[in-house]
Amino acid sequence: MEQLIAIFIQAIFVENMALAFFLGMCTFIALSKKVDAAIGLGIAVIVVQAITVPVNNLIFKYLLEPGALTWAGYPDVDLSFLGFLSYIGVIAAIVQILEMFLDKYVPALYNALGVFLPLITVNCAILGASLFMVERDYDFSESLIYGIGAGVGWALAIVALAGVREKLKYSDVPKGLEGLGITFITVGLMSLGFMSFGGISL
Amino acid sequence: MSEETQNYKELLLGPIFLNNPIGLQILGICSALAVTSSLSVALVMSIALTSVTAFSNLLVSIVRNQIPNSIRIIVQMTIIASLVIVVDQILQAYAFETSKKLSVFVGLIITNCIVMGRAEAFAMKNGPISSFMDGIGNGLGYSIVLILVGTIRELFGSGTLLGFEILPLITNGGWYVSNGLLLLPPSSFFIIGFLIWVLREWKTEQVEETEYKLAPNSRAQEV
Repeated sequence: MEQLIAIFIQAIFVENMALAFFLGMCTFIALSKKVDAAIGLGIAVIVVQAITVPVNNLIFKYLLEPGALTWAGYPDVDLSFLGFLSYIGVIAAIVQILEMFLDKYVPALYNALGVFLPLITVNCAILGASLFMVERDYDFSESLIYGIGAGVGWALAIVALAGVREKLKYSDVPKGLEGLGITFITVGLMSLGFMSFGGISL
Repeated sequence: MSEETQNYKELLLGPIFLNNPIGLQILGICSALAVTSSLSVALVMSIALTSVTAFSNLLVSIVRNQIPNSIRIIVQMTIIASLVIVVDQILQAYAFETSKKLSVFVGLIITNCIVMGRAEAFAMKNGPISSFMDGIGNGLGYSIVLILVGTIRELFGSGTLLGFEILPLITNGGWYVSNGLLLLPPSSFFIIGFLIWVLREWKTEQVEETEYKLAPNSRAQEV
């Protein structure tokens, strides 16, 4: 139990997907103009992470790992080179299901997310979390907690950035830095701040 | 020059400055930040990404009329992921050291929004050859930013370029005090921010509209 809490806290703060590993930057910067949209996207990312990381964990453990196919009678088969393809397949399928679900039941959120919902598939934070899960050899419950934690950390970061940007639009920024340029510099400063969590060991 | 070659030239050169994927379209930023601490890694990453973008655009464009709309994302991802597996295996075979340094970021080319974004926005609507050109053009636009950032970070951060010593460091008996900030990941945010500033001062039509204008001083005037 203690270890699970440690993984959770670590995934949110110390190893924040957006501000410590710079994953999922494209949507992070493009969709952080309004706090509402940021919250919606953050929730979507938490949901997708919480489903995909454990599912990919099962696929890795029972299909891809060297020796994982022993239950089917093929103890010598190593399919781990198919990893990328299977993880992204799972992610794409789940995002597409989520897209259809939102289109039918929550059209307001669907319209707000617009073209960026399909881009959750290519949100590096999602695939990154699955790859880290494989690299660190988490078991099923650990990967579930890790998935949720990584999603919460990313959501926290994008909501914080959206808050900063909502205030920032009232400020007098040099012409050429307007918009994207000043956002990059803001994120740089935020990530310097988050580096201070780096010293915490759990 | 016929109209068609003119068109290809536009597709190829447009994304470099006019419509840069990182500077204007906000695509493919993640890896731009993480793999730029040295120039050689940035170069390998650029080549890998350009070839994946070009070929995925080509393949998606060839099958674009056969893909049912509701499963297009999965089809695109499968094509891209297969190409990335090929690139990954080639890198492990011929450039093992660099592929170790790139670690998960080769895998993350799959989720690089440039590849997916161009497949979705361009290759689904255009013929194979122009899609291929568009892929190479966007790859070049990405590469130029990556190479610039990589050069700045390696030269001023550790005084070397492609591993050769350019600015001798004080610790090695030279005169240059290295800038430690440039070795930390957040520095690439600042560098890209300033690059965008320079680009927009030059190509002023890319400047974004101000949402709120500061009101002129509204205190009561002395009579």
